[in-house]
Amino acid sequence: MEMAGTKSRLTWAVNLAVGFLVLLWIIPTFGLLVSSFRDRDAISTSGWWTALSASEQNVIVRADAPDNARPDGAVWVLTGNVFDSGSGNVTAFGITSREPEAFAPGEVATHARGHQITVEANGDYRITYPEEPSGNRGQRLFVRAESPPSFTLDNYREVMFAEGMGKALLNTLTVTIPATIIPILVAAFAAYALAWMEMPGRALLIAAIVGLLVVPLQVAFIPLLKLHNNIGIGKGYLGIWLAHTGFGLPLAVFLLRNYMAGLPGEIIESARVDGASDFAIFRKIILPLSFPALASFAIFQFLWVWNDLLVAKVFLGTGEDQVVMTGRIVDLLGSRGGDWEILAASAFVSIAVPIAVFFSLQRYLVRGLLAGSVKGG
Amino acid sequence: MDQLLFAVSTIIVGVFGCVAYFYFSNILLDRIYPAKGPNAGANINKANAIRPWLFVLPALLVLSLYLVYPVFSTFFLSMRDTRGEFVGVDNYVWLAGDDKFRESLGNNLLWLVIVPAASTFFGLVAAGLTDRIKWGSVAQSLIFMPMAISFVGASVIWKFIYDYRGDNQGEQIGLLNAIVEGLGGTAQTWITMPFWNNIFLMIILIWIQTGFAMVILSAALKGISEETIEAAYLDGASPLQIFFKIKIPQIWGTIAVVWTTITVTVLKVFDIVFAMTNGQWGTQVLANLMYDWMFRGSPDFGRGSAIVMVIMVLVTPVMIWNISNAHKENR
Repeated sequence: MEMAGTKSRLTWAVNLAVGFLVLLWIIPTFGLLVSSFRDRDAISTSGWWTALSASEQNVIVRADAPDNARPDGAVWVLTGNVFDSGSGNVTAFGITSREPEAFAPGEVATHARGHQITVEANGDYRITYPEEPSGNRGQRLFVRAESPPSFTLDNYREVMFAEGMGKALLNTLTVTIPATIIPILVAAFAAYALAWMEMPGRALLIAAIVGLLVVPLQVAFIPLLKLHNNIGIGKGYLGIWLAHTGFGLPLAVFLLRNYMAGLPGEIIESARVDGASDFAIFRKIILPLSFPALASFAIFQFLWVWNDLLVAKVFLGTGEDQVVMTGRIVDLLGSRGGDWEILAASAFVSIAVPIAVFFSLQRYLVRGLLAGSVKGG
Repeated sequence: MDQLLFAVSTIIVGVFGCVAYFYFSNILLDRIYPAKGPNAGANINKANAIRPWLFVLPALLVLSLYLVYPVFSTFFLSMRDTRGEFVGVDNYVWLAGDDKFRESLGNNLLWLVIVPAASTFFGLVAAGLTDRIKWGSVAQSLIFMPMAISFVGASVIWKFIYDYRGDNQGEQIGLLNAIVEGLGGTAQTWITMPFWNNIFLMIILIWIQTGFAMVILSAALKGISEETIEAAYLDGASPLQIFFKIKIPQIWGTIAVVWTTITVTVLKVFDIVFAMTNGQWGTQVLANLMYDWMFRGSPDFGRGSAIVMVIMVLVTPVMIWNISNAHKENR
C-alpha cells in the first residue's frame, strides 16, 4: 500500500515538473505570438500577459465640440460614446486631471463652468449645457475603462505590404526550394555508390564526408565569394543555390548512405543476378525504399536554408529583390528596434512555415536526427 | 514572380541535368566497354571499376569546390595582407594581441562550456521525465519546437523577454523585467549588463538545443534493456537511483555525441549575437568578429581568414573524434 502511495506521489511530481518545463519552453514564443496580434499602443503600454484578460486602463477622450450641441427643451445637449470603436466597460470617470476617477458611472459631474456631465457604464456620455455653448474644443473626459481582450491582424498587413516582408517571403522561397531539391539528387547517387558499389578508397571517402560534416561554413565565404566574382556569378541566387548545395551535401550523403547501407542486401544482389544495371537498381529499388531518409534530409535542409541568415548575407546582394526574411528581420531590429508590433509580426511570418513543417513532419525529422548523430557519432 | 520562375526553371534544369548526366554517362560507359563481344569479361570488369566514380563524381566535385578547396584557400589567405602580399604569420600575431579577438575567444570558450552542458542537462532531465508520463510525446514536441525556429526568430522572441523600459516609459513590457519588478527588484537592461549579457544570449541557444538533446537522449533511454532496470527495481533501487546509476552509465556514448554536436553548433554561433548585440557590450564571438572583418568598410580578408582558421582548429578535435567513431561503426 505504501509503495502505491509513493508511486502516485512521484507520478504527480513528474507530471508537475514536465508541465513546468513545457510552460517554460513555450511561454517565450507564445508571448511574441500574442503580441503580434495586439495593436501598437497596447503593446507599448502593457505586458502581453495582460492582453488575455479584460484590461483596465485610464484613457483620456475629448467629447464632441460644444458647437454641435442640440437644444433639448431648456438646455443644450451633447451625446456620444467614449469608446471610438468596439465596446468597453467604464468603471469610473472624471472631468479634471487632478481627479480622473472622481465619479462612478451614471453619476452627474458638474463642471466649474456650469455644464453637467454623465458617463454611463457602456461609455455613453451626455453633457447638458444650461445655455447655448460654443467652441470647437470638446470637454475632456477622464475614463477608467475595462476593455475586453482585443486582437487585430493589422500588424501582419503592415509587415507584409509596407515593411517588405511579403517580398522577403518570396525571396526566401526562391532561395529555399532549389537549395533543398538539388542536393538530394546529387547526394542520392553518391550515397548509393558509397553504400553498395565496390570501389577503392570507399572508406576514405566516407571518412572525408564525416569530417566535412563539421567544417565551419565561415571557411568557405571568402574563397567562394572571390570565385563567384571571378566566374561572373557575383552575388545572387545562382551563387547561393550552389553554396547551399555544397554545404548541405555532407549531411545528405552521410544520412542517405547510412540508410541505404542498412537496406537488405539480398534484394540488390538478386536484382544484379537478374541482370539489372546499377542505374536501374538505384532507380527502381533503392530510391523508393530510401524515401524516409530522403524525407528526413529534405526537412533538415529546408529548415536550415529557410532559417539561415549568414549564408544569405554573404552570397546574396542587399537589394530589395534579394533580401530574405531573416535578413529583413535583422534590419528591422536595427531600424525599428522598439516597434514590437512590427518585429513580432515579422518574426511570425518567418516562423510560421517551419513550425508547420515541424509539426506535420516531425516523425521524419526525429528519424533523421537519430540517424545523423547517434550512428555517425 | 520572375524570380520564382527563375527558381522553378533552375530546379527543372538542375534535376533534369543531374538525371541526364547519370543516365547518359552510364549508357556511354556501356558503349565504350560493351558487355559482349571478344573482350566481354575484361570490359565488364573495367566498366564496374569506373561506374562508381560516375555516381560519386558530381557530389565529389561540388564538395571539393565548396568545402575542401576553401579550407586550403582560406589557410593561404590568412597569410596575406589587404593587398594580397604574403605576410607569413603576421595576421596571427596581430590576432594574439587584439583585444576584440581575445574577448571573442574568451566568450566562445564560455559558450563552449555553458551551452552544451546546460542543453545536455536539460535535455536529459526532459527525456527522463517525459518518458514516464502519458502525455510525454506531446510535451516532447513542445520542447522540441524551438528547433524549427530560426536563430533570428528566436532572437526576436528573447529580445522581447529582455526588453527594458526606462523610468518614465511606463510599465515593463518585457517578461523578465516584469517578473523582477513583481518580486520587488529593479528592472535592468539585461542586454548591456557586462558579462551576464553573454549568459542571456546563451539562454537562447540552450532553449533551442535542449529539444535536440532531449530527442536523442530519449531514444537512447528507450533503447536500454528492460532487464537491467527490472533487476535494479527488484533490488529495491529508487527511481532516482535507477536513473543515475543504471540508465545514465548505459547512455554515456550518446551523451558524448549530443555534447559534441552542440559544441560544433556553438563554435559557429553567429546569428544570435549578430541580431541581439552585434558584438557590443562585451559579447563578441569569433564568427561575428570574422564577419566584421570581412564586410566592414575596408575589409581585411587576411585577418578574417585567420579568425576562421582559429574556429577551424577549435572544431578539429571533434572532427577527428567523429571520424574515428564512424570508422569503428563501419567495421
